[in-house]
Amino acid sequence: MIQQTFRGPSAQAFLSYLCPTSVSSLQPYSSSLSVLLNETGGIIDDMIITKHANDNEFYVVTNAGRAKEDGEWLSTQLQNWNATQGKGKGKEVEWNKLEGYGLVALQGPKAGEVLQKLTPYDVSSLKFGQAAYMDIQGAKCHVARGGYTGEDGFEISLPPDAAVEITEKIANSSGVQLTGLGARDSLRLEAGMCLYGNDLDESVSPIEAGLAWVVGKDRRATGDFIGAERVLRELKEGPSRRRVGLEILGSPARQGAEILSDDEKTQIGTITSGIPSPTLGTNIAMGYVKNGYHKKGTQLKVKVRRNVRDAVVKGMPFVPAKYYR
Amino acid sequence: MMISAITTSARAAARTCLRPQYSAVSARGMNLRVSTAVRFASTMRYTTDHEYVLFDDATNIGTVGITDYAQKALGDVVFVELPQVDSEVTQADPIGAVESVKAASDIYAPVSGVVTEINEQLNDQANLLNKDSEGRGWLCKIKLSNPSEFEALLTDKAYKAHCEGDSH
Repeated sequence: MIQQTFRGPSAQAFLSYLCPTSVSSLQPYSSSLSVLLNETGGIIDDMIITKHANDNEFYVVTNAGRAKEDGEWLSTQLQNWNATQGKGKGKEVEWNKLEGYGLVALQGPKAGEVLQKLTPYDVSSLKFGQAAYMDIQGAKCHVARGGYTGEDGFEISLPPDAAVEITEKIANSSGVQLTGLGARDSLRLEAGMCLYGNDLDESVSPIEAGLAWVVGKDRRATGDFIGAERVLRELKEGPSRRRVGLEILGSPARQGAEILSDDEKTQIGTITSGIPSPTLGTNIAMGYVKNGYHKKGTQLKVKVRRNVRDAVVKGMPFVPAKYYR
Repeated sequence: MMISAITTSARAAARTCLRPQYSAVSARGMNLRVSTAVRFASTMRYTTDHEYVLFDDATNIGTVGITDYAQKALGDVVFVELPQVDSEVTQADPIGAVESVKAASDIYAPVSGVVTEINEQLNDQANLLNKDSEGRGWLCKIKLSNPSEFEALLTDKAYKAHCEGDSH
């Protein structure tokens, strides 16, 4: 992951221009999922935006896999912004990547208990979607309650000097196990969360992706963000395709599998992520289907290698989230 | 068999767990080979994609499966897709697939021939692949049309070297 800060007198206005989230209504030290959109409303990356003490200090986490694309986009946008009268000129935004910082995710029902043993900060006062600076083993760490698993947990940003030591301390705590990315992928899919590169790419709009909730109400009225034209049109008229959850009978279906109409005559979409769910014991997947085939309970077919399997549209998350609210 | 995980992340995860588990694999493979050698004069050979063939030269039938090394790398197997009995297969044809909680892996025919039998038990006990991939977790039997293909597969020693990443 790439961690960065945006500061300066027009930081809030700048981020509001880059994404459809209602950045201005974020409370201090609270976070929201958001998306960086291109001019045609496609998703360049998904990200978590956290507002800090005031409206002009933000902490933003983007995907390491999109570092190049994000970096180019943000540099260009920032340069234009800071050079434009009425935007950033005279109230420049400063963008700092937190080079050398570590980011570890401590996830699971006992995450709070474990973290509490390592910090004097009252962990129970921090709710899902909030962030705080905590003293962990003598180092000032940025801690956000949330994550990519659908469980309670924390994403802990570690200063370079203390990153290894604190990570070891957490990993060696009683009840903590290091987890592979395969397990994390299962959890995020059970939680109905998108993986950039699988379920999101630059052709997909937030409305198609089922992320209309990241488009703030005030932003729908003003439409003053990059990519707004498509986003507002799709909100009004409906998108041509939609991300759905599916349960597949017989065999798991993976990325790239064709989704067919129930009569098997037409391809109406493609699977973007799929696994046998360890929690549910069923085969779950997400994918994009033509608008009209997206309603819960719709019977479809999925082609897995040579065999056509029965599938049904399911609501997401597949496994209910267990956040600490 | 090719381990083709779905996401970059899952692929990375599958790879990282491949190596440290090898020593246990080779020990098991050797045992199986010794015990069967006595009774049937069978030998086991391997593909670089981690399929094995246990060949019985009296019947000209090869029992095909995935190696213990492969099953460990895949993790919990939840579904196995097998070829049709009586189907004719050519070496390197996709003949089935193994699905685990973390990856989907195609199985390729290690030798050419006709499928004479499939392991029906796997339909409701896919985890036999984890329990005993080189024994009760076999996938199918193939009557070899060209036994020289078997001779060209990797020996136990060469397969071991391949798994350790220094095959030449």
